[in-house]
Amino acid sequence: MSTVITVCLAMLGAAGLLCVVRLVRGASLADRVVALDTLLIVIVMGIAVSAARTGVGTFLDLLIVAALIAFIGTVTVARHIEQRGAR
Amino acid sequence: MSVAEIVASVFLLVGCAFALLAAIGLQQFDDVFARIHAATKAITLGLLLVAIGASLLVDQRGDVVKLLLAACLQFVTAPVAAHMVGRSAYRAGTELSPKTLVDELAERRRERGA
Repeated sequence: MSTVITVCLAMLGAAGLLCVVRLVRGASLADRVVALDTLLIVIVMGIAVSAARTGVGTFLDLLIVAALIAFIGTVTVARHIEQRGAR
Repeated sequence: MSVAEIVASVFLLVGCAFALLAAIGLQQFDDVFARIHAATKAITLGLLLVAIGASLLVDQRGDVVKLLLAACLQFVTAPVAAHMVGRSAYRAGTELSPKTLVDELAERRRERGA
């Protein structure tokens, strides 16, 4: 079981790293927003996997909060891009 | 390992693989719209699978509700967020990939003077 969890966390870590690379390279603001949204959901998945490892659900409230913040942040910046232009 | 653990392991592994695929898509595609398409759908399915896998392993019943609530929330909010980002990126004049074949909104975009 712990091998499975380790492999899962390694895959999530690689995914998060790739998101950060896209966040830094960007090109446009919309790219960065998409990368941040994806990164936050990867973090949410990491919390879920670590809850599965211990069986203790103390941090699962954080899951819902992070998912909500990802949505609200993305929509807010999308409105901002529309007013400000692509760069 | 019990049966529940084996099933949960499969769900967790496939879900995390989808997260990795989404991040690879974020690197490989070459304009914002293709990246949104890659990231949003794959990560939503990945989160659902991870939530199902984790809900087989947590101890309390309330935790299962929290995990599935987060997955449902992602299912409702992800299309809205992706649509908002795509629409505003297009309206703000983000350049499309040179590989794009059809852009049906190009004429209206020129009319708007964007």
